[in-house]
Amino acid sequence: MIALSDYLIFGAILFTISMAGIFLNRKNIIVLLMSIELLLLAVNTNLVAFSHYLNDVTGQIFVFFILTVAAAEAAIGLAIIVLVFRNRKSINVDDLGSLKG
Amino acid sequence: MNFVIPAFAPAIPEMVLLAMASFILVADTFWSKKYQFATYYATQLTMIVVAYFIMTSFATAQVITFDGSFVRDSFADILKLFILLVSFGIFLFSKEYLLQQKFYSGEYFVLGLFGVLGMFVMVSAYNFITLYLGLEIMSLSIYAMIALRRDSSEAIESGMKYFVLGALATGILLYGFSMIYGATGSITFPEIAQIIDSGKADPVVLSFGVVFVVIGLAFKLGAVPFHMWAPDVYHGSPTAVTLYLGTAPKIAAFAIIYRLLAEGMPGLVHDWQTLLIILSVLSMVVGAIVAIVQENLKRMLAYSGIGHAGFLLLGVLAANPDGYAASMFYIIVYAITGVAGFGMIIALARTGNEFDKIADFKGLNGRNPWLAFMMLIVMFSMAGIPPFIGFFAKVVVIEEVVKAGFVWIAIIAVVTAVISAFYYLRVVKAMYFDKAEETAPIAPVSSQLNWAVSLVSVALLVLGLMPSSLIELSYQSIGLN
Repeated sequence: MIALSDYLIFGAILFTISMAGIFLNRKNIIVLLMSIELLLLAVNTNLVAFSHYLNDVTGQIFVFFILTVAAAEAAIGLAIIVLVFRNRKSINVDDLGSLKG
Repeated sequence: MNFVIPAFAPAIPEMVLLAMASFILVADTFWSKKYQFATYYATQLTMIVVAYFIMTSFATAQVITFDGSFVRDSFADILKLFILLVSFGIFLFSKEYLLQQKFYSGEYFVLGLFGVLGMFVMVSAYNFITLYLGLEIMSLSIYAMIALRRDSSEAIESGMKYFVLGALATGILLYGFSMIYGATGSITFPEIAQIIDSGKADPVVLSFGVVFVVIGLAFKLGAVPFHMWAPDVYHGSPTAVTLYLGTAPKIAAFAIIYRLLAEGMPGLVHDWQTLLIILSVLSMVVGAIVAIVQENLKRMLAYSGIGHAGFLLLGVLAANPDGYAASMFYIIVYAITGVAGFGMIIALARTGNEFDKIADFKGLNGRNPWLAFMMLIVMFSMAGIPPFIGFFAKVVVIEEVVKAGFVWIAIIAVVTAVISAFYYLRVVKAMYFDKAEETAPIAPVSSQLNWAVSLVSVALLVLGLMPSSLIELSYQSIGLN
């Protein structure tokens, strides 16, 4: 039997990986997008685990909404990345620094 | 399981808005060739129609529908009316700007309408799912709006930054939601409040949840230390989009702060109050000091917005109905002042010159005395100089924070207000006392812009002379709940 805390620790690990991915990543914008998806998956893991242990279906319904919206979000993110590439011929995070102050 | 059909009537304004936005989205593809402005007029008509629907069914008592996920009360109705008013002004200014910068397209207005729909859902959200959906409808529209200017490398860059940090903020907020759901077993705000009060929820998990929720909200609001996106995004976006994202969404952000913290977790006030104090004090200080060195007016207004976020949180951290009402008044005033400020930049912008540097304003008094005077009103109101409305907004929040017993925060607030007066007055000095590099008279490209910008600025003065009705409106709408 896997305890609730195991799932929560798993969620926390996913959350940390995605945070590290967003803040330490200096290479590729697509990695940022992947990190954001991972962050949402951490949330989903938490919600499903809680929902199972609370015997309450609401958390799982919430997960459906998050999955759907995440797809829409990824679509817009990729569209913006295409525009970035068209303008700069690069999707390097370091090249996104013209606005600084 | 028996299925009860929910009451649809309270959500009629949202439904009308959604139907109109969807219709305009499709119709725009047919209209845009023949009638250039059809989409614009349809959008403004939608604003008026929705306002009519809200006013005819104005809520006097709280109505909850859709199985506890949607609430309609006078707080929601008043904020929605102001969101409509502010958006009406935004679209009016934007149309001229988009034409003049030669990227006029119907998509701006359609996305703007969907953004307003998102704000409406946020204002009326009564559980986590509704709140999340509203937030995403609004954010996704804004991401697309920033990137609308496809050939501008700066706009795309700020769109990318806003997208990544916005998505990150939503993720953190959701992580907090999942914790609170785990601790209480509910996602509806009044139920959560009840379970927290009964003491059945695990306090450690709850505290985790509150911290993540507050961080997520701080990101959305642009409060220090989660503000780093704001200056870049304000600066890089086309001014019409800066105008949009810097004003109306702040009203909706305040609404979700109120719903989440005041209605959802009043039992955890000690947890979130401390966090808000830190955020508020840091925001006021950083907003006041960093803005001094900015040369770009949009960037300066971004830092000024960060400072204003700090002031907004003053009322919320007082954690009583009067405090929330003071914050509500503050955010309404801030949104209207923001429209005037960015509207002024739009009114003076030319093809090839965005007119967004403080140096551009040098000697404006010689080039167009009337607009210089209007800009003076806007800057004085933002700085909080009486008799303009911005003064009363600052007075009420500081008053509430003193009443709540935080005199030291009030002192910091007053000191930062004085420091920030410096950079607002710097613009005034540039307009009246500096020599212009160009001395040719300057006027807005259309008389409509001239009228609009004068109307908003004079409104700041008129409201400042009789602020009581607006203040009372805010106090009543919170008191009724």
